[in-house]
Amino acid sequence: MSLLKLNDLYKTLILDHAQHPHHHGQLADVPGVTLNNPTCGDVIQVQLAVQRNQIEQIAFSGTGCTISQASASVMTDVLIHQTPAQAQQLLHDFSQLIMGETITATAKKQLGDAAVLGTVAEFPTRIRCAMLAWHAAEQCLAQIGGPTNESKS
Amino acid sequence: MGKPTNPYRADFPILTTEVNGEPLTYLDSAATSQKPQAVIDAITHYYTTSNANVHRGVYTLAAQATDQYEAVRDQVAAFIHAKKREEVFFTRSTTESLNWVVQTYGNQNIHAGDEIVLTVMEHHSNLVPWQQLAHRKQAKLRYIQLTSDGQLDLADAKRLITDKTKLVAVVQTSNVLGVTNPVQQLAALAHQHGAIIVVDGAQAVAHQPVDVQALDADFYAFSGHKMLGPTGIGILYGKYSLLAQLTPAQFGGEMIDNVDWQTTTFAAIPQRFEAGTPNISGVIGLGAAITYLQQVGWPAIQAQEQQLTKHLLTGLTALNGVSIYGPLDPALHGPVVAFNLNGVHPHDVATGLDMAGVEVRAGHHCAQPLMQYLQVSATVRASVMFYNTTAEVDRLLAALTEVKEFFQG
Repeated sequence: MSLLKLNDLYKTLILDHAQHPHHHGQLADVPGVTLNNPTCGDVIQVQLAVQRNQIEQIAFSGTGCTISQASASVMTDVLIHQTPAQAQQLLHDFSQLIMGETITATAKKQLGDAAVLGTVAEFPTRIRCAMLAWHAAEQCLAQIGGPTNESKS
Repeated sequence: MGKPTNPYRADFPILTTEVNGEPLTYLDSAATSQKPQAVIDAITHYYTTSNANVHRGVYTLAAQATDQYEAVRDQVAAFIHAKKREEVFFTRSTTESLNWVVQTYGNQNIHAGDEIVLTVMEHHSNLVPWQQLAHRKQAKLRYIQLTSDGQLDLADAKRLITDKTKLVAVVQTSNVLGVTNPVQQLAALAHQHGAIIVVDGAQAVAHQPVDVQALDADFYAFSGHKMLGPTGIGILYGKYSLLAQLTPAQFGGEMIDNVDWQTTTFAAIPQRFEAGTPNISGVIGLGAAITYLQQVGWPAIQAQEQQLTKHLLTGLTALNGVSIYGPLDPALHGPVVAFNLNGVHPHDVATGLDMAGVEVRAGHHCAQPLMQYLQVSATVRASVMFYNTTAEVDRLLAALTEVKEFFQG
């Protein structure tokens, strides 16, 4: 009974990312932001380097549940090589998706693998897990500066 | 299967509901207990027939409300074997009760260089307030460690409690390890060195008879919602001789004797410590909860909870790849069991169990320093109460097996 329902949340792609995370580790001399999930004590660090108005390097480290690890992994795939402005938009779209809001087909396509995490919206207690790395990335971009203050209408 | 159902279940309406299409299997009573119909009815009955503010009106209804409210004070005093009814007063929660001790006794008596002795298994509510006080006063915190099987190390307690100790603050039953600490012995140690002892009884009062005089506790804090009562009602017991020395933590309505432009004299104890309109319906609900617990009786409560805990510990031990925190011996274990499925994050375990209708806690259980001590970031925690059944524990074990297969393949 429970196995079928678990498949709704833990799709193969999510399990794969959690077991074999992309861009996992720490980057030398790259600024980062560390956030914790106060409900479980998990800690995630996200580092990103912007050069020539593009995210050239990105990595995350720390431990966490399947959802937080998979979400961090797909996020690094989505954000790498984006401009800070594009990244801001993607962060916004992802947060809308996770909160159960409808996003455009184009936005969904741009989110790639990350769009699969949209099912988290049906598991409200896990939204915090899914958002942790994305919040850290958002704060990284804000620290680096650049076009972070533009309106998100 | 086929076992006669627990006779108390019918008294708890929520236990017949469903979650995620499965029968509710509530195994999180350590977070908050479910409420029997008698408690729900008492609150409704109060609002339907007796609602008025207490200690104010001269009219009949106000006198009725006041009588009901004060009758519960007597009930609580008898329930924990306080010497006087004046030694019991009502707060919002265990946390507020403990903060109250910090802000009054702590503030008046802890000075630079003094030591406060806690245990490594304290809930944040009996740790953070002391930590903040220690920062303000430049006092020192000392933590009693555990033995290898997860019990409090009394030898360490004897080493740490010295003439420098001004106060010992200790949880009676741990909300993670399930162990019940030797409060009586710790109280004797504290008193030997001229210190007082503050006891967090939140996880104890609903599961074992408590006698504050036998324990020789100076302060004893607990809350209604973990003992079948409503949320928002807490209790603080304090020895009368100590209460008599304390300046109230809050001032205003209901706690005064006479107010002049420049000065105020305070009401007698315990009204002095209950500023503002209290949670009257919460107190009435608490009274109904105590009556209900006493009707079931300690022998029945303890026999059922010990059987459930034993069944749970045995079942978890039989599953491969499960780490259990705290003693494995059911005789040493209260009805709270913290564990992890090796290699699966507790949040993932809890979501899996939730799909099967099994509601457990996953996280740090407001005991982050203890998690550090145990070298985990979080754990799953199942807690039972006498209204649970062994069939429910079996449902947890079956769901755990499925979750384990799902994540570990």
